[in-house]
Amino acid sequence: MSVIKKLATSVALAGAMFGTPAFAQDDVRIALVVKALGIGFFEAANEGAQEAAEELGNVEIIYTGPTDTTAEGQIEVINALIAQQVDAIAVSSNDTDALVPVLQRAMQRGITVISWDSGVAPDGRQLHLNPSSNPLIGNMIIKLAADHLPDGGEVALLSATTTSTNQNIWMEEMNNVMGDYPGIEVVATVYGDDLADKSYREATGLMQSYPDLDAIIAPTSVGIVAAAQAVVDAGKVGEVNVTGLGLPSEMAGAIESGASQSFAIWNPIDLGYSATMLAYELSQNGVEAAPGAEIPMGRMGTLTLDENNEGAMADPFVYDASNIDDFKSIF
Amino acid sequence: MMRFIPVREAILGSAILILLVLVASRFSGFVAPSNLANVFNDTAPLIILALGQMVVILTRCIDLSVAANLALTGMAAAMINVAMPGLPIPVIIAIAVLMGAFMGAINGVLVWKLSIPPIVVTLGTMTIFRGIIFLISDGKWVNSHEMSAAFTGFPRTVFLGLPVLSWIAIFTVIVFGIMMARTQFGRSIFAVGGNPHAAVYTGINVGKTQFWAFVVAGALAGLTGYLWVARYAVAYVDIAGGFELEVVAACVIGGISIAGGIGSVGGAVLGAIFLGVVKNALPVVNISPFWQLAISGSAILIAVAFNARSGRAKGRIILKSAEATQ
Repeated sequence: MSVIKKLATSVALAGAMFGTPAFAQDDVRIALVVKALGIGFFEAANEGAQEAAEELGNVEIIYTGPTDTTAEGQIEVINALIAQQVDAIAVSSNDTDALVPVLQRAMQRGITVISWDSGVAPDGRQLHLNPSSNPLIGNMIIKLAADHLPDGGEVALLSATTTSTNQNIWMEEMNNVMGDYPGIEVVATVYGDDLADKSYREATGLMQSYPDLDAIIAPTSVGIVAAAQAVVDAGKVGEVNVTGLGLPSEMAGAIESGASQSFAIWNPIDLGYSATMLAYELSQNGVEAAPGAEIPMGRMGTLTLDENNEGAMADPFVYDASNIDDFKSIF
Repeated sequence: MMRFIPVREAILGSAILILLVLVASRFSGFVAPSNLANVFNDTAPLIILALGQMVVILTRCIDLSVAANLALTGMAAAMINVAMPGLPIPVIIAIAVLMGAFMGAINGVLVWKLSIPPIVVTLGTMTIFRGIIFLISDGKWVNSHEMSAAFTGFPRTVFLGLPVLSWIAIFTVIVFGIMMARTQFGRSIFAVGGNPHAAVYTGINVGKTQFWAFVVAGALAGLTGYLWVARYAVAYVDIAGGFELEVVAACVIGGISIAGGIGSVGGAVLGAIFLGVVKNALPVVNISPFWQLAISGSAILIAVAFNARSGRAKGRIILKSAEATQ
């Protein structure tokens, strides 16, 4: 596997290096640098980038990255890209700070640098594209449950650990918008510690303590899978809907069994598409990345930057029986 | 002196009953027979692992790698199932047990032949096993839709009113009950832990006995690895993270002396059930999650305090009871 990956990088790099003169000079070359090659999530992002390239017409996507998720590997790759004088680099970084010097050198050479998915410190990029934002996620998790409960009902939260920051922020954001979902009552919050067995036990406990429970919301990938299994084992498929944040490959079984009607997570295709669009706008259309700026990104609307030059792409993407088969092999 | 051990088990047994009454007073559904069966089924992996750990602790060793062993065999079993969905489940179980036993044997050889302290050996192998899972799986999960129906269905199959998982635990308890009381291996484990010097004079090879104790614990961890992955229908690097401590806790609560030589199958089983009841009860009695860890921890401390008080004059007692049984 690793040999194949290494070969793939070498070929990609060699191709990119030696093939340069073959490109038409007017082609805009945007490099999509990922955490590591061979990860389904990033392969899907590349698919989105290709889509954006096709839409823009004169764009060449260079999809590259190291063979393992290290900052050192990404620095090498980025150095090679600087030498090739690409027009823009869009990177999902393995380290917030380690990439800053090399990316600053790229910017000094006039290369547009943005980060997406996993960010770089503000000094090392012009803007950062977040897949989503905490308020959007907080709203989405309750909406997922409420959409299947037109008459209201009881829902419970299954989180990771009591101290996990992102979970707590999402649940807080969810509580802020509860007013928009009348009739939905959050009856309990339990913690599965991101362990399959504890999450399973907590989910079983919820169904016992609240016999009328309608949905379990688990904004954690371990918890949502374990809760779905607990619902199946308790014979409550159809009564209790498990939803929250999960990965399609991990949740395919739960969608198939009916334990989960739908769940959400960012869509890597949209993410690659938006990153490419943003890189193109910055590098070709003279758009300035500054706080408050609104930058168009094709079919995904516009990105509004905050004081750190960061922006959120969109609501998390909803996966259900209709699209799970397309995504379960991707990530 | 033979009354001594049953007394301790009686205390633990009544502690479990009091706990059940307390829980029932807040949530009556908990003591319904069907729910108690569920609790037992949920505790089955802990019971199996606690028995393996008991054997190791009795020989004055400790095995911290059981959870990592479980996770590695579980991942291997899941990957074999994905690669060859047609492979019958008994074959997968046999592979899991052998694989677990092999990993236990690695621990055993290091303790036996190189005389490295067991806590160091198993801390090392624990990390190595977790690392290997990452290597073979590439960090990816094996998910429920990739596993065959037979693979995930086997531990759930109901046989005479109980799932197969529960029956495997019951069967293991019976086998261990006979092994510890009636076989030469079982008695030499007590002898080695009770007084290694005396054991040598009676012709018992201390290192070899410890080696086999690790193999037994490893084999049980391997068996549990398959059962775990099939039950939760997911395999990834971190499954059963930190579970080794729960297994040791079950043994300690069950009155198995960390210093070796003292303990019983009944104690280990009751210790596991006690923890199982606590773990299953806490989610339904509406106790703040912030308190749950403190409550589990206090239970362990109280149990250890009990055992420390009754741990006087060990060694001698065990050798006498060993004589008496033979």
